Amino acid sequence: MIDLLTIFVLAVFVGFEVVSKVSTILHTPLMSGANAIHGVILVGAILITGRAEHALEITLGLAAVFLATVNVVGGFVVTDRMLEMFKGHRAVKAVKVESNGHKETGT
Amino acid sequence: MSPTWVQLAYLAAALCFVLALKGLSTPKYARAGNLLGAAGMALAVVTAYVHGAVHNGLLILVAVAAGVAVGIPAARSVKMTAIPQMVALFNGVGGAAAALVALTEFLEVPDGSVLFQVATALTVLIGSVSFSGSVVTFLKLQEIMTTRPVLLPAGQMVGIGVAAASALLALSVVLSGSGLLLVLLALAGLALGVLFVLPVGGADVPIAISLLNAFTGLAVAASGYVLANTLLIVAGTLVGASGTILTRLMAQAMGRPLTNILFGAFKPTTAAAQTDEQRTVRSGTVEDVAILLGYAHSVLVVPGYGLAVAQGQHAARELASVLEQRGITVHYGIHPVAGRMPGHMNVLLAEADVPYEQLKELDDVNPGIGSVDVVLVVGANDVVNPGARDEPSSPIYGMPIFDVDRAKAVVFMKRSMRPGFAGVDNSLLYNPKTTMLFGDAKESLTKLLAAVKHV
Repeated sequence: MIDLLTIFVLAVFVGFEVVSKVSTILHTPLMSGANAIHGVILVGAILITGRAEHALEITLGLAAVFLATVNVVGGFVVTDRMLEMFKGHRAVKAVKVESNGHKETGT
Repeated sequence: MSPTWVQLAYLAAALCFVLALKGLSTPKYARAGNLLGAAGMALAVVTAYVHGAVHNGLLILVAVAAGVAVGIPAARSVKMTAIPQMVALFNGVGGAAAALVALTEFLEVPDGSVLFQVATALTVLIGSVSFSGSVVTFLKLQEIMTTRPVLLPAGQMVGIGVAAASALLALSVVLSGSGLLLVLLALAGLALGVLFVLPVGGADVPIAISLLNAFTGLAVAASGYVLANTLLIVAGTLVGASGTILTRLMAQAMGRPLTNILFGAFKPTTAAAQTDEQRTVRSGTVEDVAILLGYAHSVLVVPGYGLAVAQGQHAARELASVLEQRGITVHYGIHPVAGRMPGHMNVLLAEADVPYEQLKELDDVNPGIGSVDVVLVVGANDVVNPGARDEPSSPIYGMPIFDVDRAKAVVFMKRSMRPGFAGVDNSLLYNPKTTMLFGDAKESLTKLLAAVKHV
């Protein structure tokens, strides 16, 4: 009981500390990434469904597994797509410079 | 208690989550951070499955596969302009999952300790609030329902009443251990979530999403107490705490205290600020604007969500390069909350491949704005509204804006006179310096491009 409370209090401070400095550019991806992480409820959903024996419990548990999975995979994929744009932007520019170079040597 | 190897795997996953959040707050490591988070999640889920799926293993796999089959295509196909509402939906299903987990555990273990009952009641309540609140934010951002604050008659009293009823129900659940009361508590939570978000309007909706995100984190942490699972406690608390900080940072970027954003609509505002005087609007043709631009020395483009929706980024970029060929300096002014979420505009422009060097922030633009010849406002509205600076009665008062009314001339490209996302009238439209160019942003830009070439 006190152990769990200790873990909670420490996690609060870590959570505050980790995102205390973040530029506005990253607000949306960070929100989305944090969103994917609370999808860890999938672990809980699997555990309760894994010991469920009655039809109602199994149904509710499976619904939770389904929803939590959507949260997890959707969250990580959307975040990655957003961040890919930032990175892809520079990559595209680099490719363009390169292709221009080829054109010059070609013509 | 789980065996040691399970505990160790959960510890490793928790560490991944901390590093993921840390990485996501630095541009250089953001993508790696996200991937590390996903790896941690995979480790945790596989561990839970191998160790905990004693019964129903196959059914669980089917449910996971169904979730993947829905989640990945949804996340891959969503347009960049619609990302904020997608994030809201994912958050909502997470909250619902947390509430369902607690409800199911309650059915499996009907006679738990008081601590267990308290945690169950909290998870169900917060999870339900997060779910229904997220659904309402989705409806608002998708513009299925109005983006303006919705004020029910005696809304504040109803809200307080439902909140009190929820607290009473939660207490009765703890005392009685009744499953029926727990279901009623879930219903009260759903109503509370709706009532909580309805009065939040326009540009403030993303802040509500961020707060609901933190709520879901707390619900997950509370469910960790229900299941005595440290990973859920750590991960949920991390999201709850970091989400709260992020919400505050976003509110700061809007220049307003959080309480104003959430409960501001309840206060009676002086709606009489809009007088009946006939204010005139000057509307120009494409040719007028082309001449204005063609003989300018410096041009500032202020893009907004309207530009992204019309897919006009490429036309804007071409126009900018034609102007530059004529020796005109062109910059883009990017407001921190342009788009639908803080930082959303940067994502949209990155997608359109607009050169980074031309992107300027508020503090870089405003000091020298008096010497800018033409400001081209494309599909933005609220971020240039002088009311945010001059009218204390305005709902967006206090939000930092581009002081474009101090530039020499303003061209406003808009589809109609309809107010922007925040639903606030903009006095800049009636400014004698302002020329309106009505029409779809992409069409207007394309015509403008052709006209400028002929100047």
